[in-house]
Amino acid sequence: MTLQVSSSPHIRDQASTTRLMLDVIIALLPALGVSIYMFGLRSLLIVVLTCTTAVLFEYLSRKLMKRYNSIGDLSAVVTGLLLAFNLPPTVPLYVPVIGSFVAVVVVKQMFGGIGQNFVNPALASRIILTLSFPAAMTRWAILAGRIPGHGIPGTEPIAEGVDLIATATPLYLIQAGETGSAVMPGYLDLFIGYKGGCLGEVSVLALAAGVVYLLIRRVISPLIPVTYILTVALLTALFGQDPLYHMLSGGLFLGAFFMATDYVTSPLSNKGKIIFGLGCGLITSLVRLFGGMTEGVSFAILFMNILTPHIDRWTIPVPFGGVRHAKS
Amino acid sequence: MFRFGNFSGGVHPRGNKNTHFYPTVRLDKFKTVRIPMSMHIGPPCTCVVKEGDPVKVGQLIGRADAPMAVPIHSSVSGTVKSVLKEVASTGKAVQVVVIESDGLNTIDESVQPPVITDRASFLQAVRDSGLVGLGGAGFPTHIKMQPPAGKEPDVLVINSAECEPYITADFRQCAEHPDEIIDGIIQVMKHLDIPKALIGVESNKPLAIDVLNYELMKLKLSANLEPNISIVRLKTVYPQGAEKMLIYSLTGRKVPTGGLPHDVRVLVLNVSTVRFISKYLKTGMPLIRKRLTLDGSAVKVPCNINVPIGAPIPDVIEAAGGMTGEPGKVIMGGSMMGVALDRVEASIIKHNNAILVFDQKEAQLPPETQCIRCARCVNVCPMHLMPTTLDNMSRNKDVEGLNQYHIMDCIECGSCTYVCPAKRHLVQSIRIGKMDVRSAQQAAKAKEGAAK
Repeated sequence: MTLQVSSSPHIRDQASTTRLMLDVIIALLPALGVSIYMFGLRSLLIVVLTCTTAVLFEYLSRKLMKRYNSIGDLSAVVTGLLLAFNLPPTVPLYVPVIGSFVAVVVVKQMFGGIGQNFVNPALASRIILTLSFPAAMTRWAILAGRIPGHGIPGTEPIAEGVDLIATATPLYLIQAGETGSAVMPGYLDLFIGYKGGCLGEVSVLALAAGVVYLLIRRVISPLIPVTYILTVALLTALFGQDPLYHMLSGGLFLGAFFMATDYVTSPLSNKGKIIFGLGCGLITSLVRLFGGMTEGVSFAILFMNILTPHIDRWTIPVPFGGVRHAKS
Repeated sequence: MFRFGNFSGGVHPRGNKNTHFYPTVRLDKFKTVRIPMSMHIGPPCTCVVKEGDPVKVGQLIGRADAPMAVPIHSSVSGTVKSVLKEVASTGKAVQVVVIESDGLNTIDESVQPPVITDRASFLQAVRDSGLVGLGGAGFPTHIKMQPPAGKEPDVLVINSAECEPYITADFRQCAEHPDEIIDGIIQVMKHLDIPKALIGVESNKPLAIDVLNYELMKLKLSANLEPNISIVRLKTVYPQGAEKMLIYSLTGRKVPTGGLPHDVRVLVLNVSTVRFISKYLKTGMPLIRKRLTLDGSAVKVPCNINVPIGAPIPDVIEAAGGMTGEPGKVIMGGSMMGVALDRVEASIIKHNNAILVFDQKEAQLPPETQCIRCARCVNVCPMHLMPTTLDNMSRNKDVEGLNQYHIMDCIECGSCTYVCPAKRHLVQSIRIGKMDVRSAQQAAKAKEGAAK
């Protein structure tokens, strides 16, 4: 008779990494649905492409590095989904493949795989793609007939035989001085998703449905996204812009709830999470208000990702009944 | 009664209190008992019997020479078959007295109710009874009852939280002997001059709360006695029964880092401990039997049993109905903090509150994967530590970092390992880290000594 001997505890919770990742995937599905509705089947094509290549790259790189096969934890699928959600619908199909490679191989596996990457793979990849393919990454379009009344003047198809028509993102319109003009989508349009933008960011409503699911399942803590969004609202209001418009525009909602909450690259303690949210909000607002680019969510989160190890060191919790140890 | 508050963190494992409604069964027919000479924290006892000696129930067989030690008595009558050395599950060699029972359970003449005249004689009686904390840690009770000057307790906290899954032995104690529990509390309060007592019971044991309250009411109506004892309903959350957590939930006092309950003027006793004190003062029968829960997937009949100390675990399981198949894991204690035995052939000891036998399937450990920094361990840690960081540092042997992240404050409750989705062995790693910190401290001390 052989007895198992191990350190206590001898029972474990049902929670697993795979289940957490599956929850995130489920939470992203409503936004995927809206994306297909707004941008057509091309949206689905891009998502399938990023997800399959992400999983493939994960499998191959693990194999090459002679490590255990980790595709079962579904984190590559989440990375693929989030990467696709950060791409414009018109993007040439080789760009998502390069994006998957950068995200999974360069950012994640080269640093040790899940849990070891110091920046969010999908975000870092998006930034590298934006810098490498500036034109392709900022050509916004939506399905013809989806938005009556607004969009950039000149509604011709972006290419021969494609029913996508060119449009601009709301943040671009603000920067172009169109505030208050007829081409600006209204609050309800912004909320539901009748606007130009990346595949996954347009519908705040669909994303919110996923967020509710994640909160109920206790997959994410609301601390980071809430402080993040409130900081953006406060700062944009302070500088005389419409805070509600900023909250509903661009990648803020997607970024705050699905990227800034990334476990690996955000602080562990609650205090750290609040600092992280404040920092993200500050940088996003500065970029949006004073920067040359229209959108600052990815840079803000990436910057705070890099600061995370330091935030963790600044916010070691005081133990129960204890005093803070002096820093050595 | 008004509940002060609750500690933050903790987990909600499935209760599995399958034995809640099963009255305790007394098991007696053991052919031999094997009594180890160390069943407490502190130096072992000196064996005072030898091979061939006749012994009776309650007779002293292990003399406590060191101040931290408590005596050990025979739990059966019969003949000493052998005195041998064995390697215990802890890895330490320990002397074991093997007694062949004559099945008569003749009581020794020395078993007489103690004469209590003052505080000193009460403490002496507690020590002579062989009592250790019956909650699970096995700390000698008489030591606990003698705090340094100026730290005399003003609150007696009775631990009946029983937050460990499976275990219902303390609950059965409350349900079956509420009178002796209340009497034991009154005795301790009287002799140690403690003005107030609080009994903490988790909310999933309403019956325990009711019977204890009923007992207090009976005292008031029949004897017009109103001891300052309150029964407090606590939130059901693990580790509510951990000393520091319980004290905070009941009194709002925080035991300081590295400190003991007496630092916040509290004495914590387990409900079974006070019940034993009451019984001992009346009968003089030392601690020779233990009530415990027998449960787990490989146990045929989950039950609460009362067995002589030293009873071999295989015989106990057999006498209680046997196993359903090949056991995969045998745990002495609870599923969250108990010790996995390396062999079934161990004995029931004084502070044993459960034996859990898992089948092969339940015994399998999930494979460990990489940490995803989800912070669940940080959120559930009742001591507000960062288990995942400690895990990393322990594996990297970063002693300085371990100290900076307060590793020695860990109470090893297992909440972090329980919730970890990556199935990291956090507590194991922290235990190893603690050993490294201790040996580093010793090395530093030795170096200092050599320098002088």
